[in-house]
Amino acid sequence: MEMIPELYIVIPLLGAFLIPVIGHFVKGFQKIFATLITLSLIIYSVWYFISGTEGQVVTMIGGWEAVKAVPIAIYLVMDGLSAFIILVISLISFLSTFYALGYMKRYTAENNFYALLCLMIAGMNGVVLSGDIFNLYVFLEISVIASYALVAFGTEKKELEASFKYQVLGGIASLLILLSVGLLYWQTGTLNMADIAHVLSDKGQSNALIFTEVLLIVGFGLKAAMIPFHAWLPDAHSSAPSPISAMLSGVLIKAIGIYALFRLFFNVFSLNEGMSVVLLVLGTLSMVIGGLLALGQWDMKRLLAYSSISQMGYVVVGLGIGMYLLIDGGSVAIATLAIAGGLFHLINHAVLKGLLFLNAGAVEYMTGTRDMKELGGLSKIMPLTSGSSLSASLAISGVPPFNGFFSKLLIIIAAIKGEFYLIAALAVVMNFVTMGYFLRFQKEIFYTKEKPAMKLLNPRLPFSMKFSMVTMVLLSLLLSLLVFPAFREIVLSPAVDVLIGTSDYTTKIIGV
Amino acid sequence: MTVYIMCFILFLVGLYGVLTRRNLIKIVIGLSVMEFSCFLFLALIGYIDNGLAPILKAGEEFPKYVDPLPQAMVLTAIVIGLATTAMLLAIAIRIYKKYGTFDIRKVNELKG
Repeated sequence: MEMIPELYIVIPLLGAFLIPVIGHFVKGFQKIFATLITLSLIIYSVWYFISGTEGQVVTMIGGWEAVKAVPIAIYLVMDGLSAFIILVISLISFLSTFYALGYMKRYTAENNFYALLCLMIAGMNGVVLSGDIFNLYVFLEISVIASYALVAFGTEKKELEASFKYQVLGGIASLLILLSVGLLYWQTGTLNMADIAHVLSDKGQSNALIFTEVLLIVGFGLKAAMIPFHAWLPDAHSSAPSPISAMLSGVLIKAIGIYALFRLFFNVFSLNEGMSVVLLVLGTLSMVIGGLLALGQWDMKRLLAYSSISQMGYVVVGLGIGMYLLIDGGSVAIATLAIAGGLFHLINHAVLKGLLFLNAGAVEYMTGTRDMKELGGLSKIMPLTSGSSLSASLAISGVPPFNGFFSKLLIIIAAIKGEFYLIAALAVVMNFVTMGYFLRFQKEIFYTKEKPAMKLLNPRLPFSMKFSMVTMVLLSLLLSLLVFPAFREIVLSPAVDVLIGTSDYTTKIIGV
Repeated sequence: MTVYIMCFILFLVGLYGVLTRRNLIKIVIGLSVMEFSCFLFLALIGYIDNGLAPILKAGEEFPKYVDPLPQAMVLTAIVIGLATTAMLLAIAIRIYKKYGTFDIRKVNELKG
């Protein structure tokens, strides 16, 4: 069977259209259909890895072939990196949707919820697959507009405020990205990413290009919530319904922030030492400040949101070290190690933070509060949630048998070998800080004595919520296998190769 | 060149509005100003003095056309801009119903 990249966008878009239309008349349609759609996306993205598709699949929309090696059509490109990110998106979106079946009973307008969720998935898949920079912007807007609405889904005071803040900062970011798309078109006369790379490699660096790159760092940095552009993230991620928090923290900031940034900086622009230093600094700042801010939080979802900033810092540091070494003529082996560590931590963080937000949602479902001062002693009432949360906390703080240990280890080893001693030391220290706030999270919610203010709203958790949480724990154990070469070769290595072979992207897609 | 710089100044005017105004609606207006400066910039990229609309006619040789691609981009971007502005205003109205004010200093439930 041949791969058809359009299907990744068309299937969820179909869901987003059909769910409000048919779901209006047929009761329960939205739940079954949304589950089927996300399940089919998982099957299709796993199929890419099983079928052993070599290299990349390029589709020209409308069948417009390139004329004299100048691309005309809108390109969709599915290569190792895209497939890797799509796998992450599909896994988390399926588990969140399945979790939402039980969780969303508290809300009205379930049709709209599932339709928006499908729209968000379609947008993210589009961003990841697009080989055309303007379409990247369009898909990015589709996914963020859906996420603005989903953050405000509770329509209470806090949700609305968080959504407004998110929209203003997200709007500024989108406009900066649009402006830089315009600037890129002005300089190169093309919108195709591979063709832009080709034109820019002939032209070399110019001040206008550096200005564009800075605008892009700010724009995508805002989307990825890197410090100092993080102000919206803790509000938005803690106010959204829990399955959406899991999606936002687990995949949205990665797909539209980290992925787009590094795809552009590795494959489109010629690597540039200044920008890699900027990214390293931003990554290190996020890692340190995000972790320290998480220490003082009493709202459990805010704690998780700040922790997301810190963990994304690790990913940026890993990829940034790889970028710096590639430019500086450092060893390619170490760069490979750093990039592999960064991408490995990306998938680990998606699963673990997804799991932790689902656990927080389960606690909120049972007790109706997110304030850690009012919670306590839940391990007796909710043993399953307590256990899965413990395993996720240990994994994300880098305790050996779990996946988080291996990815952090790879990043730290790469930092030491690449002689970034300060970053390596900070990464180790921040790992202990991570462990500190997660142990506090665990203790305040599950282990201390029961507080008198706490009362149970529901007798037990629905099956769908339990299923998603247990599956995520199993996934986090399975992901440790990615360190072994046999599995790494299938999933991780193709993605790393795309980033390492910076200018191969152009050659493979437009053949120049 | 001056036009492009004026465009960028318009962008900064919008940004200034977003950052300094206290009224939710005025923030939305600031964002719209930024948005339209981007559209203007995109439209200017493809502009040529005395250029014709890019419609091919039989028999005409080497006419001077403006670049149609940025125009298509602007159209798409305007539609997206409509969606974001509508979304922002919808949320602003909901905020007004809950808090009874458009003043951003009084809309501060979230802290830390």
